[in-house]
Amino acid sequence: MDKPEKKTNRRDFLFTASYTVGAVGVGAIIWPLIDQMNPDKAQQALATTEVDVSQVEPGKSITVLWRGKPVFLKRRTNEEIAEARSVALNDLPDPQKDEDRVKDGKDEWLVMLGVCTHLGCVPLSDKGDYNGWFCPCHGSHYDVSGRIRKGPAPKNMEIPKYEFVNSNIIKIG
Amino acid sequence: MSEHDYIPKSKAGKWFNDRLPLLSLASHLTDYPTPKNLNYWWTFGGILTFCLLTQIITGIVLAMHYVAHADLAFASVEHIMRNVNYGWLIRYIHSNGASMFFLAVYIHIFRSLFYGSYKSPREVIWIIGLLIYLLMMAAAFMGYVLPWGQMSFWGATVITNLFSAIPLVGESITTWLWGAYSVDNPTLNRFFSLHYLLPFLILGLVVLHIWALHVPGNNNPVGIDIKKPSKDTVPFHPYITIKDAFALLMFMIIFAGFVFFAPNVLGHSDNYIQANPMVTPAHIVPEWYLLPFYAILRSVPDKLGGVILMFGAIFILFVLPWLDTSKVRSAVFRPVYKQFYWIFVIDVLMLGYMGAMPAEGIYLVLARVGTIYYFLHFIVILPVVGLLEKTDPIPVSIAEPVLSGGAEPSLAKKDNGKI
Repeated sequence: MDKPEKKTNRRDFLFTASYTVGAVGVGAIIWPLIDQMNPDKAQQALATTEVDVSQVEPGKSITVLWRGKPVFLKRRTNEEIAEARSVALNDLPDPQKDEDRVKDGKDEWLVMLGVCTHLGCVPLSDKGDYNGWFCPCHGSHYDVSGRIRKGPAPKNMEIPKYEFVNSNIIKIG
Repeated sequence: MSEHDYIPKSKAGKWFNDRLPLLSLASHLTDYPTPKNLNYWWTFGGILTFCLLTQIITGIVLAMHYVAHADLAFASVEHIMRNVNYGWLIRYIHSNGASMFFLAVYIHIFRSLFYGSYKSPREVIWIIGLLIYLLMMAAAFMGYVLPWGQMSFWGATVITNLFSAIPLVGESITTWLWGAYSVDNPTLNRFFSLHYLLPFLILGLVVLHIWALHVPGNNNPVGIDIKKPSKDTVPFHPYITIKDAFALLMFMIIFAGFVFFAPNVLGHSDNYIQANPMVTPAHIVPEWYLLPFYAILRSVPDKLGGVILMFGAIFILFVLPWLDTSKVRSAVFRPVYKQFYWIFVIDVLMLGYMGAMPAEGIYLVLARVGTIYYFLHFIVILPVVGLLEKTDPIPVSIAEPVLSGGAEPSLAKKDNGKI
């Protein structure tokens, strides 16, 4: 009992050790409680969709649901492709070449998420000032390549991961 | 007067009160000295308590019949409307009750702004009140999603997408909120769970709000500190309870008017179409009580900027007690602030109107002007007016107003002879 200071140090160590173990314990139980809200296995299992596009005429498009979101599959005409490629990159808020938004050799097919990058509405096709899409919610205009041109949306409409299984079937996801 | 010297009359009451002083609490609430000049704008606290209890009771009943599943929710709401005994009544009370709740809370907030109730020493009451308001907005938003109509679905999509504006982690947060890759069944499920939880959190905050109120006591229309108890105060019961009860009756008449004669006038017809993730309605609008903030969101041509300003419009209220530099509470004695107050009221109403209109042309211009003025009011006008304004003379007590001229005639009337 003649060394009170040393005793205090020992207690400090115990406090710090207890807080640390406590914090780790709290963290270990909080993470499962937070992570349970992330997409579950059933949601993740819906990750791919195959679409038969053989019936789509040039200039037309179809919309399919993938992971709860609409995907636009548009078969573009040569004029539309030419229009998309004539745009100067400087005119684009989110500069991206049309060539980078389609698969090589499949230039007529534009496959993209039909989700406005502003707040997630579904844009209307063949509307707006740029011959592409127009989002009715907050007035974003997209061009024929799905690139943002005017309005509050910050980015071009997203291109999902997809591949051509054969010339008629597109697999999204 | 205070609970300290309260002794129950009966022996059993004393026995119980010594162990749990609930009777002392009841006595404190009954005798609570209240300024005698409280006007009808002060009755909305009671009205809001009524609104909260109405929502909780009708909500618990609705949850007995509602099914929180993307395939069944829409049909279960129609089931409530058509098959459940008095289901139509309970649901219409609940859905219109949300609007009535917000109507009352806005009056309550603007009363506080006019009479300076947020100022020292009542800052904590004000901040707890704002937390209640935030939880109310969250509860109302999630409740609106539950019928799983088109407006439910797309409202949920737009609001949850606000979080995607956060740099780097925004997309992950949005996915986490959804529990899916879009608003979907998991989203509906968790919104139902949280919608059931939030009112009880609000109830807890209401208790703190009233507790914090009972420390300094009520502000009053002349905004001066008063001695309690004194000839400036009356006991809460029966003087304030009867006034609150009368105001509540008037409020319930309006409430019943909506429920029985125009139950859908505050809603949107698109919500009677089942949610369809492939089609966005042509014109998405939130419920009326969120429109001013929606107008602010849309007035900024930048996604992150719009979200920051929208949340900023709410969070700036938290520092209001420190932005307003005037020592005088009530606008009655602040001739300059009084005018800016009414301009601000008109500004918020205008923003609300712009939020309901398409975001283009003149509407967009006006929404931008309104947004700038909204922030100008708090950041520039309030601090500057507080420093420069020459306020009118303030009465020393409610019973003895200032001699002449300055105060409102109605305040100076009663005791004129004596002074």
